[in-house]
Amino acid sequence: MNFKNFVDTFWDNTLSGLSLGAVYALIALGYTLVYGVLRLINFANSEVFVAGTFGSLIALKFLGVPAGNTDGFIKTGLPLLGALALMLVMAIAFSAATATALEFLAYRPLRKRNSPRLVFLISAIGASFAISEAIGAYGAKKRETYPFGRVWNTRATIVKIGSTLVQVRHVIVFVGAMVMMAGLTVFVNRTRLGRGMRAVAQDAETARILGVNVDQVILVTFLVGGVMAGGAAFLYTLYTESTRFNEGFLLGVKSFTAAVLGGIGNIRGALLGGLLLGLIENQGAGLFGGKWKDVIAFAVLVLVLMIRPTGLLGESLGKARA
Amino acid sequence: MSKLVKEFSKHIDEVSGAKSGPLDGLRAFWGGQSIAARRLVGLLAIGLVYLLPWINPPFIRTEDTDFASVLAGIVVPFVLVALGLNVVVGMAGLLDLGYVGFFAVGAYTVGVLTSKHANLPWFIAMLLAIAVSLLFGVLLGAPTLRLRGDYLAIVTLGFGEIIRISAQNLSWLGAAEGISNIKRPPSVGPLKFTVLENKGYWVFGLTLILIVIFALSLLEGSRVGRAWTAIREDEDAAELMGVPTFVFKLWAFAIGAAVGGLAGAFYAGKLNTIYPRDFEIQKSILFLAAVVMGGLGNRWGAVLGGALVAYLPERFRFVSDKRYMFFGLVLMLMMMFRPEGLLPRKLAKRVRGVGIDIRRKRADDPEDEIGVRS
Repeated sequence: MNFKNFVDTFWDNTLSGLSLGAVYALIALGYTLVYGVLRLINFANSEVFVAGTFGSLIALKFLGVPAGNTDGFIKTGLPLLGALALMLVMAIAFSAATATALEFLAYRPLRKRNSPRLVFLISAIGASFAISEAIGAYGAKKRETYPFGRVWNTRATIVKIGSTLVQVRHVIVFVGAMVMMAGLTVFVNRTRLGRGMRAVAQDAETARILGVNVDQVILVTFLVGGVMAGGAAFLYTLYTESTRFNEGFLLGVKSFTAAVLGGIGNIRGALLGGLLLGLIENQGAGLFGGKWKDVIAFAVLVLVLMIRPTGLLGESLGKARA
Repeated sequence: MSKLVKEFSKHIDEVSGAKSGPLDGLRAFWGGQSIAARRLVGLLAIGLVYLLPWINPPFIRTEDTDFASVLAGIVVPFVLVALGLNVVVGMAGLLDLGYVGFFAVGAYTVGVLTSKHANLPWFIAMLLAIAVSLLFGVLLGAPTLRLRGDYLAIVTLGFGEIIRISAQNLSWLGAAEGISNIKRPPSVGPLKFTVLENKGYWVFGLTLILIVIFALSLLEGSRVGRAWTAIREDEDAAELMGVPTFVFKLWAFAIGAAVGGLAGAFYAGKLNTIYPRDFEIQKSILFLAAVVMGGLGNRWGAVLGGALVAYLPERFRFVSDKRYMFFGLVLMLMMMFRPEGLLPRKLAKRVRGVGIDIRRKRADDPEDEIGVRS
């Protein structure tokens, strides 16, 4: 253990922990919403996210931004906003399309034949690996670096606290995630479809009897999870400026950990869990060294499930499950 | 957990009961033959399989790689792993996504004991590898087996990754360079174990597989096996009838881990060099694909699934670099169209489920599948 390093890097790690934690929280929503409604770990949610990062990448290429990370093409004002908007829209479109395709191709047929949950889970695992390896086999095997510096200097410093630089990207990621979270809360609590989601989560059969179109609600759930993952993908690519075909695996497991940590099915729990996991993992890396970062996240997962499987804020499923 | 499994096995029974598979006729025919004839055919088949690398059959053999080396280095470990994972997933119904971790423990135990930190004889190291993996199975199983099914899957996945990353980070385990110069099994008479002599490995590996199959079949016929069946069919009922379900689930986890460790030990003895990246999570998914494809809960299904998952990418090179995609799709499609696997459990389940007497009584009825021996 390296206490000196822990103290030295404390604020840097807090900053990156909150930024990554915000991304975890957004991806965690995809897990938490689907689990709340279907009691299914949507294992392929990580690929929904990865599809979004490639959506952003394709948008950048479409804009004609050349490779290389020099600062020659920095845009300001409307062109910059336009470029960002296109990236965001593309990310969300790719993610939402992947999520919808999963529901139609992998899950709905199983629901139609009343398959047990283990079948769903195995199918989800298969879909996850099939998608990510397909991107690797036919798309990009190597890490794709975003020539982001050509559009916008996201690493410009806003404030300097001690030796810690608060950069544009930190603020964007955090604020962006909060805005999306707030939007989702309003959607779930205030709209008709949101009410349908809550109804199906509580008791799908009764909801069906009372006239809720359960299939439509499930589709919307996947769609909303996909939109959140797309937003996460856009913010994540702003933050790290790169992606890879199997980038989703670690992020997916960590986000699921975040969802469980906060209490699965619980939207506020996803936010709390995400931020907390980001902080724990980054401070832990400061204490034990960066190469143990992933082990720390996995250890948190194991400990939470063993000590408090209902999470910090409590599960928010309609029914208690055996 | 048991709920998941119960639903699943009911589903499988429904699905496999509803339609008659193409193998049904074959099964009835097989069941109608006399025991002596079945034994003779079985022995001949086993003999043929032993001789595969010498026969080197055209079309079946791999064109780009030495057939014996594919059989020994890839097929044997996969079949062993599938047999072990089948105990965990198929018999006891515990979805383990971190099974590659036990494979790694076995391989690293042999690596540490015959090269890195000690110079033990290979066979002693192999036995110790089995013991250490068994211990790991107990250590990881004890705190986690009370979790509900889907959470157990994620936790085991986490454990598998923790094991791999630890191997990658600890210089005691060779870090990213892994462990090299691992001992080979000692040559006995005509059975040679060298870089070029893969036939010895095949004979040895196949013998290990047969021993494991035999041991598992004894186990399944015993009290332990009956307890697993009871747990899988209805955990609450089993508990009420006085079966200590937790203990038996732990046994399944530990025995599965031990077989995984044996597979890892064989793998290390064959390749002589192991790297942490050999034990990535994708392998766990391939293992799961093997068991699911073969037929959950059926030993012979596991053998078939393991052999196919190992062999197909080697025989058809266009599958090779896309094997994870390919088998991911296979998992999806199997769940949709044939969740009971290629060789459904019906066969194994009936034989285990009913006593010897009934089997003998029904054996003269050629239409009845109960006469089938597994």
